[in-house]
Amino acid sequence: MGAVFAETALTRRKRLTERLAQGILGLMALSLVVPLVTIVAYLFVQAWPLLSWDFLTSNPIDGMRHGGIWSAFLGTMYLVTASLCVSAPIGVLAAVYLNEYAEDNWLTRMINLAVVNLAGVPSIVHALFGLGAFVLFAGIGRSIIAASLTLAIMTLPVIIASTKESLASVPRSFREACWNVGATRWQTIRRIVLPNSVSGILTGVILQVSRTAGETAPIMFTGAVFFKKIPEGDIFAYSLTDQCMALSMHLYTVTTQVTNAPHALPYAIAVALLGTVLVVNALSIGTRVYLRSRKKW
Amino acid sequence: MVEPKQKKVEVSNLRLSYGKKEVIHGISFDIRQSEIFAIIGPAQSAKTSLLKCINRTLDFVPGAKVSGVIKVDGQDVSKMKNVYELRRKIGMVAPLPVGLPLSIYDNVAFAPRAAGMRNKRALDALVERCLTQAALWDEVKDRLDSLGTKLSGGQQQRLTIARALSHSPEVLCLDEFSIAIDPVTTMRIEEVLKQLREKITIILVTNLVQQARRLADRTMFLWNGEIVEMGTNDVMFSEHPQNRQTYEYVNGIFG
Repeated sequence: MGAVFAETALTRRKRLTERLAQGILGLMALSLVVPLVTIVAYLFVQAWPLLSWDFLTSNPIDGMRHGGIWSAFLGTMYLVTASLCVSAPIGVLAAVYLNEYAEDNWLTRMINLAVVNLAGVPSIVHALFGLGAFVLFAGIGRSIIAASLTLAIMTLPVIIASTKESLASVPRSFREACWNVGATRWQTIRRIVLPNSVSGILTGVILQVSRTAGETAPIMFTGAVFFKKIPEGDIFAYSLTDQCMALSMHLYTVTTQVTNAPHALPYAIAVALLGTVLVVNALSIGTRVYLRSRKKW
Repeated sequence: MVEPKQKKVEVSNLRLSYGKKEVIHGISFDIRQSEIFAIIGPAQSAKTSLLKCINRTLDFVPGAKVSGVIKVDGQDVSKMKNVYELRRKIGMVAPLPVGLPLSIYDNVAFAPRAAGMRNKRALDALVERCLTQAALWDEVKDRLDSLGTKLSGGQQQRLTIARALSHSPEVLCLDEFSIAIDPVTTMRIEEVLKQLREKITIILVTNLVQQARRLADRTMFLWNGEIVEMGTNDVMFSEHPQNRQTYEYVNGIFG
C-alpha cells in the first residue's frame, strides 16, 4: 500500500528543485527592499540635524545656505496639483474612449501607437517641447502654467495606459449583459464599468504625483527658478502666472551651485521630497485598499 | 399540429462573416408567435452568433459583416433607428450566468432604469414579478440588497433570466442556459419556460438534444452555419426525419 506514496529518486529531485526555485525567486524579491530601506535610512540619518517643522515652513535665507524650503515645497505642490488637473481628466476620458468606444481601425491604432511612444520620450525632450510650445509659441511665458502643462504632457500617456488597463480588467460579459437589456454604451460605462475600475484608475493617477514631483528637467526651462521669496505660511502665495521654486530643482541647485551649505541641507531637502511622495503614495494605497474592499465580484 | 400563427421573427438568406471567414451561409427560417423554437447543433455552428444578429449586439463585435434580412414583428432590424427598443423587445440569457456587480434588486431594476423608469413602487413590483417568474424570489426576498455576484451559479443564472424578463420582452432567447447549473435547477427553469410560452416567444439554443425534445414545438438543426433540417418535434425526433444526419445527431451517433 504505502509504496504508492513512497519517494523515488525522481520525486526527490523534483522536490529539491521546487524548493530551490522558490528560494531563489524569494531572495530576488526580498533584495528589492534592501536599496529602498538603505536609501531612506541613510537620508534620514544625514538629514536629522535640520529636520523640523520650521524647516518646512520658512523660506530659504542667506543664499539658500540656511532657513527652510517653504517656497520650494509650495511650488512643488502647485506644479503637481495644476499638472494633474490637466492630465487626469484628459487622460482618463481619452482612455475611456479608446477602450470603450473606439473601433479597431488605422486611426485608433495610430493613437495607441502615439500613446506608447509618448510614454517613452525622455523628460528633457518634453522640457524642450514645453519651452517651444507653451513658453514661446503660445506666449504663456515661464510660469507655473507652462511648467504644469509640460508636466501634464509627460504624465498623460502613462495615465492613459494605466486607465485603459483598469477598464480592460472589467469582464466583457458585464458589458454584454448590459447591452443585451438595451442599455447604451454610456449607461454601461457609467453604471458598471467605471464604478468597478475606479480604484485602478485612481491609483494610476496618484502614482503620477511622485513622477511629477521628482522631475527637474521639464520645469527647469518652463517655470521653475533658483530662488524666490514668498510670504511664509501663506498657501496662496503663488499665482499661476508666477514662476516658482520647486523641491527637485532646489535640491539640484543646493548640491551643485551653492558653496558652503551645511552638510545636512541637501539630505533634508531630499527627505522632504521623498516624504511628500511617500505620503501621497500611502494615500493612494489606502484608497485602493478601501475601494478594493468594495469590489463586487 | 401547431396551428399557423403570426410570424414573430423572420430570417431570410442570412449570411454572417467574421473578417474573411463566413460562419453562416445564407439561412432562412421563421419563428412564430408564442412557440418554443429550439436550435440544436454542435459547437461552432454559429448558434450564438445567430442570436447576436437578431438583437443586433453583433454591432459590438469588430469585423462582423451581416447580409440578408432579419425581421422582428415585420420590421427589418438592420434599418431600426432605436436598437435599444429592439434589444428590450428581445430578452437574452447567456450561457454562463452573469450577475452584474450590483445588488440583486439593482440587477433586475437595471434595464427598466436604463429605459427611464424611476417610480419606486412600480420598480418594486416589477422586481418581485421577475424574480418570481424566474423561480428565485423565495430564496432572495430577504436579501435583495446583497450582491448578485455573490449568489451561487444556479441562482445567478435565474437572476440573469429575471433580468432578461425585466424589460418585458416579447421574445426570450436562451443560449445554452443550463450548461452551468445543476439538473434540479434546470428542471425548475424548464417549468418556468413552459408557463412563459403562453405569453412570449422562446428561442432555445441548446446542446442538450433531450431538452429541445422536452420543450420545443419546433426544432432546427444547425451545422457549420447551415440548416440541416427544421421541423416540428414529432418529425425531428421521430425514427424518420427527412435527413439521415438529423437522426444520427439526435440519437448520438453523429461522428
